[in-house]
Amino acid sequence: MTPRRIRQIILEQSKRANVGHIGSCLCVVEILCALYDGVLRVNSPDDLDRDRFVLSKGHAALALYAVLALKGWLAESDLNTFCGDGSWLGVHPERPVPGVDFSTGSLGHGLSLATGAALAARLQQSQRRVFCLLSDAECNEGSVWEAAMFASHHQLSNLTAIVDVNGQQAFGLTRDVIAIPNLKERWEAFGWRATVLDGHCVRDLENALQDHAAQHYAPHVILAQTTFGKGVSYMEEGRPLTQTHLEIHSINWHYLPMSDKEYEIAVAEVGTQD
Amino acid sequence: MRKAFVEALCQTAAIHPNILLLTGDLGYMALEPFRDCYPSRFFNVGVAEQNMIAMATGLAEAGFIPYAYSIATFASLRPFEFIRNGPALQRLPVRVVGMGMGFEYGHAGPSHHAVEDVAVMRTLPAVTTVIPADSAQARSAIAGTWNLPGAIYYSLGKDDRLTVPDLDGRFELGRLQILRSGGDLAIVSMGSLTGEAVAAADELMQSGVRATLAVVSNFNPDPADDLAAILEQVPHVITVEAQAVSGGLAAFAGLVIASRGIACRLWPLAVQSPPDGTSGSQAYCWRHHGLDRSAVVRCARKALGSQKK
Repeated sequence: MTPRRIRQIILEQSKRANVGHIGSCLCVVEILCALYDGVLRVNSPDDLDRDRFVLSKGHAALALYAVLALKGWLAESDLNTFCGDGSWLGVHPERPVPGVDFSTGSLGHGLSLATGAALAARLQQSQRRVFCLLSDAECNEGSVWEAAMFASHHQLSNLTAIVDVNGQQAFGLTRDVIAIPNLKERWEAFGWRATVLDGHCVRDLENALQDHAAQHYAPHVILAQTTFGKGVSYMEEGRPLTQTHLEIHSINWHYLPMSDKEYEIAVAEVGTQD
Repeated sequence: MRKAFVEALCQTAAIHPNILLLTGDLGYMALEPFRDCYPSRFFNVGVAEQNMIAMATGLAEAGFIPYAYSIATFASLRPFEFIRNGPALQRLPVRVVGMGMGFEYGHAGPSHHAVEDVAVMRTLPAVTTVIPADSAQARSAIAGTWNLPGAIYYSLGKDDRLTVPDLDGRFELGRLQILRSGGDLAIVSMGSLTGEAVAAADELMQSGVRATLAVVSNFNPDPADDLAAILEQVPHVITVEAQAVSGGLAAFAGLVIASRGIACRLWPLAVQSPPDGTSGSQAYCWRHHGLDRSAVVRCARKALGSQKK
């Protein structure tokens, strides 16, 4: 499993299905790679004592499907049903898909699911851990902070949240919509240990994701600084090559599907990366 | 029903260690017996109903059966989308317990009047909705449903004294219970208003009007066949509920009548007007909305009078 291979699948499938959310998927590639290529203890998706993962930013489900396919839990023929009629594989993940622990899609839901899963592990005296990936704009949701309060009060050190800090949301930049400066201090004020790191460095992510549990008494949040559309130059810059700009340029690659020309360039750029 | 709920839950939890109780910081002087029996299985999640429901979903995925308790409006309406996308969509055995059905929190004001909870839960086919009429039926319902594989919503009353005559704790999923039989009209009630419906049926009987009286105590599965069998025998049905007319018992009866082409006129006694900010005792609220026994009797006489013309 490599970030390059995950990105290739994201590009192939979003082009085949002609859908957007490409930028949101590309920016969490290293986070998912770190989780599924070393951190998560999951022998099989059916193992009751597996570590749990909640993709609270459910609109990045295609990135998760790519990882599940590379794990061998999802057949290529299944992957090719992405966004098809009658498929389990929609834009947001559903629990019947092997390897999807929880259905998500409504922002603000996932951290509470993960908090319940972490409490369950403690009650069952299991060593399993729970990881939850949120978006930075998702922190607008009050329910995120309800869960944050419970998890710190109950010292759920088996719970790790990862916030994909890409600075984007559906109507533009987060700093223009609902600014959330001092995000680290906000989580710390809610009783969490907080780590800020480069969300595209797999090694740093792995180290931070393994750093929890026994030696600590607080849940851990990793604020992963990411670049929206990572790996495709014109997506990182927020501009389409062959299509008309949306009114707010920064959100082009939140919505647009790729044209043939854009796809060709994206594949070429990703193909040359490590 | 509140005492009955806690006692029934304690009894079930004694046998089944995967039962947990969560509360959104409500149930003081009520939930303590569970907390004292099973301190490691009781969690006050704070005033955070969304988190309570989604945490319960996370717990259920791991094999627990969590009961999530609050006042009915807060348990059902605030986290409705988390119920929909959580235990309903993901088919997990979360039990949402809404306390204070209808106007039981009368003096507390409209924010506490649970007159939409059953209506909105009816829209989720994956959520079995249970509305006991008295404590004995609540005990039977809790004992009979705790191990359903999917989600359940319990709309419960605080009142531990009310006993509906002749109901005798009967409860069966997808069925209704018949308390009186008569061919002049049917009265179908839901929840603690059943006490008023019984009183009305008995008053009508004194003047020679014979009413069939039935109690609907659950939806999803709906007791549609049972209801149709009753309505096919009478020209009029009065539904009695402390619930919005557009979504509760009246809406259910209307669907049964219309979809099966039954020649029975529906007279809905339900909450039909928007809240005007006033409140009062439960008895006052029932009178104010035309749901009490005298309203049922008046409605029956009007229905039968319309027939003669």
